Order: sequence, then structure tokens, then C-alpha cells
Amino acid sequence: MKTTYREACREALRDALTRDDRVFLMGEDVGAYGGCFAVSLGLLEEFGPERVRDTPLSESAFVGAGIGAALGGLRPVVEIMTVNFSLLALDQILNNAATLLHMSGGQLNVPLVIRMTTGAGRQLAAQHSHSLEGWYAHIPGLRILAPATLEDARGMLWTALQDPDPVLLFEHGTLYGMSGELDDDAGPVDIDRAAVRRPGTDVTVVAYGGTLGTALDAADDLAGTGIDAEVIDLRTLRPLDMPTVLGSVARTHRLVVVDEGWRSGSLSAEIAARVAEEALYELDAPIERVCTAEVPIPYAKHLEEAALPRRDDVVAAARRAVG
Amino acid sequence: MSVPNAAASPRAKERTELLRQMVRIRRFEERCVELYSAAEIRGFMHLYIGEEAIAAGVLQALDPGDAVVSTYREHGHALARGVPMDAVLAEMYGRTSGCSRGRGGSMHLFDASRRFYGGNAIVGGGLPIATGLALADKMRHRPTVTACLFGDGAVAEGEFHECLNLAALWRLPVLFCCENNMYAMGTALARSHAATDLALRASSYGIPSWPVDAMDALAVADAANRAVESIRGGSGPCFLELRTYRFRAHSMYDPERYRAAAEVEHWKELDPIPRLIARLRAEDGFTDDDVAAIEAEAESEIAAAITAAEAGPLEPVEDLTRFVYSEQR
Repeated sequence: MKTTYREACREALRDALTRDDRVFLMGEDVGAYGGCFAVSLGLLEEFGPERVRDTPLSESAFVGAGIGAALGGLRPVVEIMTVNFSLLALDQILNNAATLLHMSGGQLNVPLVIRMTTGAGRQLAAQHSHSLEGWYAHIPGLRILAPATLEDARGMLWTALQDPDPVLLFEHGTLYGMSGELDDDAGPVDIDRAAVRRPGTDVTVVAYGGTLGTALDAADDLAGTGIDAEVIDLRTLRPLDMPTVLGSVARTHRLVVVDEGWRSGSLSAEIAARVAEEALYELDAPIERVCTAEVPIPYAKHLEEAALPRRDDVVAAARRAVG
Repeated sequence: MSVPNAAASPRAKERTELLRQMVRIRRFEERCVELYSAAEIRGFMHLYIGEEAIAAGVLQALDPGDAVVSTYREHGHALARGVPMDAVLAEMYGRTSGCSRGRGGSMHLFDASRRFYGGNAIVGGGLPIATGLALADKMRHRPTVTACLFGDGAVAEGEFHECLNLAALWRLPVLFCCENNMYAMGTALARSHAATDLALRASSYGIPSWPVDAMDALAVADAANRAVESIRGGSGPCFLELRTYRFRAHSMYDPERYRAAAEVEHWKELDPIPRLIARLRAEDGFTDDDVAAIEAEAESEIAAAITAAEAGPLEPVEDLTRFVYSEQR
């Protein structure tokens, strides 16, 4: 069937609410407003205010309440409007959600799912546009997911809700309108492994979430010039599926990492370091990274575009690697 | 235990139990000071001495199915909740027999089987968790109360206000227990708050709120019983401002330059333990033998806990990374 990423996210929520009466949705504007990105449109009418719960603008309280509700036997799906706002709840996410299992010696599971948008590209300026999922991927105890396809938008929530540990789902804001074909019976997806989205032999391009499309577009351009790029979608940012990345590098011997985070201390730095640690002698060229410019994301369209990883930047990086 | 005279009436039994809890918490912590000086216990350790009437009075009001969320000054809460003293002390010794398998220490005591949810060392950090536990109970139609204990310092945190608003808005079954010992670490309430009447501030959210003389265990128990009854009746949250005082420093590292010795001495005269003993003597026929029996029981429990803690094995280093993620997915 023809659908959009937004509708796939909504179907995933509807399905979760239908399948398990312990599941409820909580966040800012998820109910009466219809979801700040219209993801939860119609769910309030369908499931009622008890299970589609509008919250005050109190990120720390409602994320922490999600932790408590998870401890109390429910399966909360908490929505934070953007990753920038999640910083108001960072204490609860890091000091409690990620930590309680270990600090209690294995007694307290926190089966909580937090969804939030991330990323730039909509001229929303610095406080609504950052890509901080790499920061969250730094934290032991969390599982970090970045659905980049319709299948993953539809299926990752399902799998995440089976997980006894806290799972954060980062949905890139520019993807909601993406449309395409999705199987009628699309179901849960693997959240342990990265996926090869485009096989190739000459260079490995690693991407995730909002940068997957950029990488695939760049691979099309490269194919036109005789360079066969393999595109890997990380899908899960923590724990990283390095065997898939290393396997690809062992075939192509060249690596480009595309990351909408800032370069310094980023997820791209982690991937580059691990490939250098574990597969340095597989490499025929220096590792290339295409990241966001080290600035708060600006409003003006031309500046925002200049700050973000672009198709041409990926093409140029791959061409340098291939030499 | 044998407390012959005091066992005479149900009321005397309840009061004796309050005293018994306060004495075992007090004597336990006094011994912890020695063990800390002997380097058996390390890390930050925050003592509850002087505040025991709150642990004894609030937790007696709860049923086993209720939940408790606590702070880093929680030895008394854990003991009054029924977490075995062996497991508490072994945790402070960093042993695998500790109630958090040596990963939490003094500030992070947990016991899922008793619904004791810590042990949170971020001031105010437990308030959202308590709110969520209460939300789960309400959504599952369980007749359960969550007691959330926190200090006056937490009232300055945004989470306090966010959570009182949320709990009142959703009429959640949570008992907010502010242990107002008048100091947030070394900062006096009046030096950090524009309005120092905390019960009044809580009541501005539409939450029934009472100030309580928390140097009086009977007053605490009475207020907690009333509040829990009201919450179980579906009234939504209640707030107790438990006015207390810690006789010791904020932590073992605190040189205590921020308050006068005379002030501390004044409050020590209000010590809740002798105060309750006096009431029991006057009203329930309590005798020196009854007091001695309670003291002896506490001493033997502590001695056994120390022996057990010293014998407790260390968690194997090979298990360092266990419990970061669940072992069963």
C-alpha cells in the first residue's frame, strides 16, 4: 500500500495501543492537537484521554513519570517534541532511565519508549534543529534507534516495546512526508542489525536516519561516474552493529561516514575510530567524514543548507576516497 | 521481642513499634559512623539522625503493596520499609549481598520486592518517578499509594513544581513527604527560598497540605495515616511538610560552618526518641526494661548485620558490565 513515514509512525502507535492495554501515549500536544507533527492525529478519538495523554510543558516531569509508570508495570510511549527539548529531561533519561537497572543490581527494569524528532532542514533555527542522537548514543543503558525507512517507522516501535530496557526513537523531522510502498502486513523489525540499503563494491557509505536519503542520492550520482557505492543504514546507534560495517569495509576498502551531528565527538568519530581500531589494514584510503558544520543551525535557507551534509559533499568525499 | 507492659493495648503496640523503628535506625547509623571512620564504608554517606520520626511515622501508614521513592538520605526509609539491615549494610560495604549488589552504596538502596525505589542522589529526581508509579496504579485501578520522600532542597527544583502540578491535575495517589530539615546541604531555607512556608506553596497547586511537627513521631504517624486514608479514598495527592532537623552534618565531609552549635543543641532537646519514650511512660505504662529490651534488640540486629556484611563476598569483577542491559530480551 502507498503510505507516508508519518502514517507509518501513526499505524505503529495505533497498533501498539490496540495490541497491549499496558501501552499508553504521553507528551505535549499528542491528543487534542493531533500530535505536533500530526503523527498521533485521531488517536485521542480512538483510544481516549486516558491512553493518549496530553501533558503540560514539563519535559522532566512527564519523562520521569514515564519511567515511574514503566516501573509500575505499564508500557509508556513518551513523545518529546524535539531532541532540543529533551535536554530538559536529560536528568531523568540519563540518571534514572539509563541507570536504574545497573544501580539497583538488576532489580529495576525500565521498559520505556521515548520518541522524538531530530534534525534540521525545515528552517526552524538552532533551538529546533539539532541532531543530538549521537549524544544519547554515548549513554550505556539506552538503546538508540533511528528509523530511516517506512518499514522501520512502522516496525521499530513494535520491537522497542518488547524490549525490557529504555529505547529512544529518533525520527528525523524531514522524513514525515516521505511516501512510498509498504507491505500491508508490515510488522516488527530487527533492531539489532544495520542494513545494507544499496550493495556496492567501491566504497562504503555509512548513514542513518535523515542522512540515509542523502547517501543514497549520492550513490546514484556516483554510479553515473562509474563508482559503485555500498550504502549502510545503521538503524541502531547504540549498540552499534559494527560487524555489518566492518564486513562492508572488508569488501570495499574505503569508508565515508555521513552524520548530521557535529563532527567533534560525534557518532561519526566513534565509527571512524572503531574501523581504525579493528580494520585499519583493510583501508586503502583515509576515512572520510561528512558532518554538520560546527555551528548552531541557522535559520536562513542558504545558511542552513550550507551547514548540513549535502549530496555533493558525500559525492566529493567518496571520490576522494576512491582516488 | 518482649515488651510486656507496652504490649497491653493495640495503641501501645503501635507506639512501641514506632519507637522500635526509630531506635534501630538511630543505633544503626551511629554504628555506621564508626564503620565509616574505620573505612569499611566509603563514598558519600548522609545520616538521618534526628529525623527518624518521619521514616517510622510515614512508613507505618503504608501497606506492603504501596510504593516508596526516596533520596540519598535513605537508610532510615529503607530500614523502616523492611529492607533487611543485612542487605543495607552489605550494600554500604560494597558486597554482592548488598541490596543493590554493591553498585549503589549508601545513596542508592533498592529493593524491588518491597517496592522500595531508591535511593536517588539527584535532588528532586525521585518526584517524577513517584508521579509515574502513582499514574500506573491509577491507570490499573490498583488501590495503591506511592510515598515520595524528599528534602526541602528539592522544593527549589523545577521538577517539584512540574510534578505537583501533574499529580494534582491527574489526581494521582501520591503522598509527597517533604522532610524539611531547614537546610539544603549547607544553605538555610530562608537564604534560598523567597517563601519558606512549604505547605502553603504545595497547597497553591490545590493539594491538601499539612505542616507537621516531625520531632513528634505520633504526630507524623497521625498525619500520614490521615493523608494515606484520604489518598486511598480517591482525593488525589497530599503533601506533608515534615518539620525536622538533622543533628549531624549534611554528609560525612561537611565541616558544618553554616549553623551555630547552639541551634543544633536546641533541636537535640526535641529529640523524637526520648520524647516518645516519655509519652509511652506517661500514657502506656512503659518501663526501663521495655526501653532496654528495644535497645538490646537493635544492638543484636546491628551486630549480626556487621558480621554478615564482613562475610559477604564481593561481586566478581567479571560481572562489571552486567545489568547495563537486561539479560533477557
